[in-house]
Amino acid sequence: MQFTRRNLLKTTAAASAALAAPHLWLPTASEAWGATLKKGEPIKVGLLFSLTGSLAVPEEDSTLVMQYAIEEINKAGGVAGVPIEPVIVDAKSDFAVYSEKAKELILREKVIALFGCYTSASRKAILPTVMQRDHLLYYPTCYEGAECTQNTICTGPLANQHSQDLIPFMVQQFGKRVFFVGSNYVWPKESNKNAKVWLQKAGGELLGEEYIPLGSSEFGPVLNKIREAKPDFIFSTVVGASDIAFHKQFKQEGFKADKMPIASLTTGEIETRAMGAEFGAGHFLSAPYFQTLDNPTNNKFVESFLKSKYGKNGTTHYNMEETYTSAYVFKAGFEKAAAAVGFENVTPRAIRDHSGGVRVEDNVSPEGLIWIDENNFNCWLKPKIGQCQADGTFKIVKAADNHVAPDPYSIYPDAGVCTKDGLKSPDGKIRKSVI
Amino acid sequence: MDLGSLLNALILGVSIASIWLIAALGLTIIYGTAGVINMAHGEFIMLGAYSSYMLQFYLGVPYLLCLPASFVIVALVGLALERGLIRYLYNRPLDTLLATYGVSLVLMQGVRLIFGSDPKYLAVPEIFQSNVMLGSASISTFRIVVLGVTALLVFALWLLFYKTRFGVQVRAVMQNKEMAASFGINSGRIYMMTFALGAGLAGVAGALFGVLAIVLPTMGASYVVQAFLMVVVGGGSLAGSVVASGVTGEMQSVFAFFTNDTFARFIIFVLIVVFLRFRPQGLFAQAGARR
Repeated sequence: MQFTRRNLLKTTAAASAALAAPHLWLPTASEAWGATLKKGEPIKVGLLFSLTGSLAVPEEDSTLVMQYAIEEINKAGGVAGVPIEPVIVDAKSDFAVYSEKAKELILREKVIALFGCYTSASRKAILPTVMQRDHLLYYPTCYEGAECTQNTICTGPLANQHSQDLIPFMVQQFGKRVFFVGSNYVWPKESNKNAKVWLQKAGGELLGEEYIPLGSSEFGPVLNKIREAKPDFIFSTVVGASDIAFHKQFKQEGFKADKMPIASLTTGEIETRAMGAEFGAGHFLSAPYFQTLDNPTNNKFVESFLKSKYGKNGTTHYNMEETYTSAYVFKAGFEKAAAAVGFENVTPRAIRDHSGGVRVEDNVSPEGLIWIDENNFNCWLKPKIGQCQADGTFKIVKAADNHVAPDPYSIYPDAGVCTKDGLKSPDGKIRKSVI
Repeated sequence: MDLGSLLNALILGVSIASIWLIAALGLTIIYGTAGVINMAHGEFIMLGAYSSYMLQFYLGVPYLLCLPASFVIVALVGLALERGLIRYLYNRPLDTLLATYGVSLVLMQGVRLIFGSDPKYLAVPEIFQSNVMLGSASISTFRIVVLGVTALLVFALWLLFYKTRFGVQVRAVMQNKEMAASFGINSGRIYMMTFALGAGLAGVAGALFGVLAIVLPTMGASYVVQAFLMVVVGGGSLAGSVVASGVTGEMQSVFAFFTNDTFARFIIFVLIVVFLRFRPQGLFAQAGARR
């Protein structure tokens, strides 16, 4: 086609007409998934984690524990009598690959649900695809909230569940003066906004807030500022390899955990093992799960998981446990949907619509009973605070008495409330797919 | 702000400079001598950390002995790589770039297959886990170790290049390979030795970084950018890298003291771009070097 002026006008007009009618581009629900289940054929689910690259440390564990959970479910008779078949891909710690693999799993493999991602950045990379196809993502770890997608089910704690016990506890035990340190991306910043709200309620004082580039291992300047500010404790949202460098240099620079502990949202069993228990000892972590939780379900889970071929890394931690329970949330949601609409008619949308309120009971969930919120599809759970011991395990020093509600917009009351149909703003309007 | 904290920032700057310099030493030697841009440098650093881990975990070698041992192990890896691959590519700089990048992927994946992708742990003596106070200034003992090792290596390299027969030969080959060859210097052998030397230096850096931060198959990536910057700004000479890391390390620490870490990096990158706009050959370009 020649680019004459008339041609150009015609094409742009057509293009803008098409853009103005977005429904033309959005497939309907049944087209979106484009597959039907058959009795007797296994149910395919996609495991979208990184097996290589910088995110492989936590995400390889997620893949392993998912395989373990699926094997366990299949041995016990499967989901609605049908076994699950995992389709495992490697997202290579690259956000473009996450998005590409998500498409591949949904369109080519026709999986009925995705389990995947560890960082908020990767989740945000695949959500447009998931939402466009009206598909379903099980996001099995903690995140900052402030999303209302109708296509995500999360089994980890939100920012409000993370810090509402931890901050008051630390203020009470160690003092009012706090210093925030975090990695420089969305989750730490949002978590810190949340923590500030709880800090204010607890009467604490924020002395400083520093962010370190992701992957950086130089904490000298930050530690100098901390030395200067003399806080009573440190609230940390540093993640990954940086977190290990932070704890090591903290001790190497002469700071003592008993005088000025670090209260972290991420430093769990794998991190303390990687840094050496002497660098982790004395610091605190808020999480719904610790390997040392003493209940029959967890004791059995730890023992049989570590003995299985998937337990080669020798530890269980909160992120793995949240991934493990997500498999059972899927099972419960699927079975409820199958009972309501018939096995052959189960779609990702149907599973999600029937997942509100599903429970993973004490005898299955190692952290104890959890259930999915009927409105925002995050998880009701009991946050716990653990203190790292000299051997690298955690001693639970405080557990919430009651389940804490997930509240994705707790610090943005003006944004509205997440309902199952979308984000309901104070003026009554409902917006779908808010990320 | 008072003088004590500024002094602290300046001392820390020296330490940051020593970390960046030791990461860049091996790269400087290899690039400066053979003109090879070694994309696998970060993975040599990683191999150094894993060598120390292996020696410590399986053989119980004390940490301080792991440092020279890592030098030897990674130097041998470098030697094998040079003999097996790099030496066929000296006249094709773009191909060395690709080949060493390929090697870096192979090394990273190989280590992951052998050791798994979970982080490993290097134990150090109790004395390196604390700090010393100098008046109001404070510095961690291990940072002093890094500084000491770096200073020692720079001095040793200076001796090697300027006070030995080998050094004279290296400098001759650097300036004019054909002319040096006509005087009976085996340039292939010189390249081989310097490549192994550069790899070994990266190995020592890795053994130190494993203690400062973490031992992971991907750990090299976080140091290699910094190392390349030092070499580019310095112009590929030893003195250039020393000055470049000294200045940028101090800038990083002082800027981070007045603003924050992320912004300090941003300023440094901008300054480096501006600097290279006006002096693309770097601080101390090697006069007379011909490639």
